[in-house]
Amino acid sequence: MNPTPLTIHELHEQLKNHKTTSRELTRRVLDRIRSVEPKIHAYRTVTEESAMAQAEAADQWLQSPRPVHPLTGIPIALKDNLCTKGIRTTCSSKILENFIPPYDATVVQRLKESGAVIIGKTNMDEFAMGSSTENSAFGLTANPWDVNRIPGGSSGGSAAAVAADACIAALGSDTGGSIRQPAAMCGVVGLKPTYGRVSRYGLVAFASSLDQIGSITKDVTDCALMMDAIAGHDSYDSTSADIPTPDYARALNRNLNGLRIGIPREYFIDGTDPEVLHAVREAIHAMEKLGAKTREVRLTHTEYAVATYYILATAEAGSNLARYDGVKYGYRAKPTKDLLEMYMKTRQTGFGPEVKRRIMLGTYALSSGYYDAYYRKAQCVRTLIKGDFDEAFKQVDVIVTPTAPTAAFKIGEKTQDPLQMYLSDIFTISVNIAGIPALSMPCGFTKTGLPIGLQIMGRPFAEEAVLQAAYAYEQATEWHKRKPNI
Amino acid sequence: MKLGKEEVEHVAKLARLAVSEEEKEAFSRQLSEILTYIGKLNELDTSKVEPTSHVLDLSNVFRDDIVSESLPAADVLANAPDRESDHFRVPKIIEERV
Repeated sequence: MNPTPLTIHELHEQLKNHKTTSRELTRRVLDRIRSVEPKIHAYRTVTEESAMAQAEAADQWLQSPRPVHPLTGIPIALKDNLCTKGIRTTCSSKILENFIPPYDATVVQRLKESGAVIIGKTNMDEFAMGSSTENSAFGLTANPWDVNRIPGGSSGGSAAAVAADACIAALGSDTGGSIRQPAAMCGVVGLKPTYGRVSRYGLVAFASSLDQIGSITKDVTDCALMMDAIAGHDSYDSTSADIPTPDYARALNRNLNGLRIGIPREYFIDGTDPEVLHAVREAIHAMEKLGAKTREVRLTHTEYAVATYYILATAEAGSNLARYDGVKYGYRAKPTKDLLEMYMKTRQTGFGPEVKRRIMLGTYALSSGYYDAYYRKAQCVRTLIKGDFDEAFKQVDVIVTPTAPTAAFKIGEKTQDPLQMYLSDIFTISVNIAGIPALSMPCGFTKTGLPIGLQIMGRPFAEEAVLQAAYAYEQATEWHKRKPNI
Repeated sequence: MKLGKEEVEHVAKLARLAVSEEEKEAFSRQLSEILTYIGKLNELDTSKVEPTSHVLDLSNVFRDDIVSESLPAADVLANAPDRESDHFRVPKIIEERV
């Protein structure tokens, strides 16, 4: 029997009423990790010792008169690109294999202040570059719904761990869909907040104008609770927005009366699995029955999003990853005759093939003579893509689409063809380019039993409206209650 | 768009990335394919469009110039692949004159 199928809000009730303790809960989660890890390999590092110490501190807090937070005593997993003081943070890359950060990321700090228990670090595509977690330098993660399939990526370890109840909730990062796509593939809830809503301090940088940290949870209420803990301005991240954050969990209710939902024709196209299209259309009908009004909107530059992304993201990555030079931290190739050879060999043997491919593409796009043709061009198309959303959101409150064109694909199916792998992010990438928030949640299953994801996008800083729509739909359906048999 | 082997070598050098013969061939083939796909952007006339480098309406963010605590040097140096006392150690940079 699976001993840890509960959500944050259910466990919070138990902890608050002293029906269980954080130590008991943390031990149950650690047992669950031991039982499922041989099958899914969601974790890079399990922090048993420090987790038990944090659980003990949480239990003391829960016994004290001090007001508790909904996350107090709850075991949470972190993607392995979030810096954790004293705990190895590898980005699933050989170049950071032994890196132990001297500080906590702001989100980690905030989770700790809430009394959360950090249970471990999850596997990912190397430097968050990938859509299947197959680019990890330290082995694959399997999808708990079918271990012959990928869990999505790049936050595949976080999504698989949540789906398999090997943690209660997790954090991931999303540069082009890396929270939402694995959430869709694993049948859980993933939110990419608005760019600037959550501090990126301590998130190992991939593409700085697109990266955003968000949560992966078992339901929408938990998603709101995680946002309540991590969102808000941080003086350590000058791109974090200095605007008030609402109480996300309190705003949830079951009513969709008057909500205007936009349906973009460009996201209901040939090449998308008919089972996915059917499930998403059914979800839209269900939301109409709850009182929402739907209308078509146009996002006419959608077909250019993947090309735009692979210039902007790789150019930023090429610059960000210049810091891995074998000098200050991380791996160094030895022996080498001089400094230049040390740089070049360190980077050749420290980075995996996809990371090198993207560094090459980004360096080319920024190189003398090509900057205008590629980088500047992509920045102009970014303006057009963002403009599409600005126009659409004049007419509607949220936009609803599939999260991914298919359910989880087979391990190895797309590894030989980088471009096909990139195209699996076709429905998630525009959101990062425009900087808006979007959530993925389960909206059905294929005939073979694989989860299908529904994506809900919102206006900048309107996570509340997205969570509201998601919550009302979730409460009217049962999809989030299904569990993989693992 | 074709990216030949020589261009691959040039870009790899700019990126401080050593590449094997096999890697040169693979990158040439894969990057050419990706760049051909990216060429799709030329279908759009962007001559009257301003570029967006950042979605937020932010310019410089200033803070007061106040001295604050930094990470201890020992913590920072703990991750160095090679060090000597309080310094990062690297292969010799300055050449000796014969």
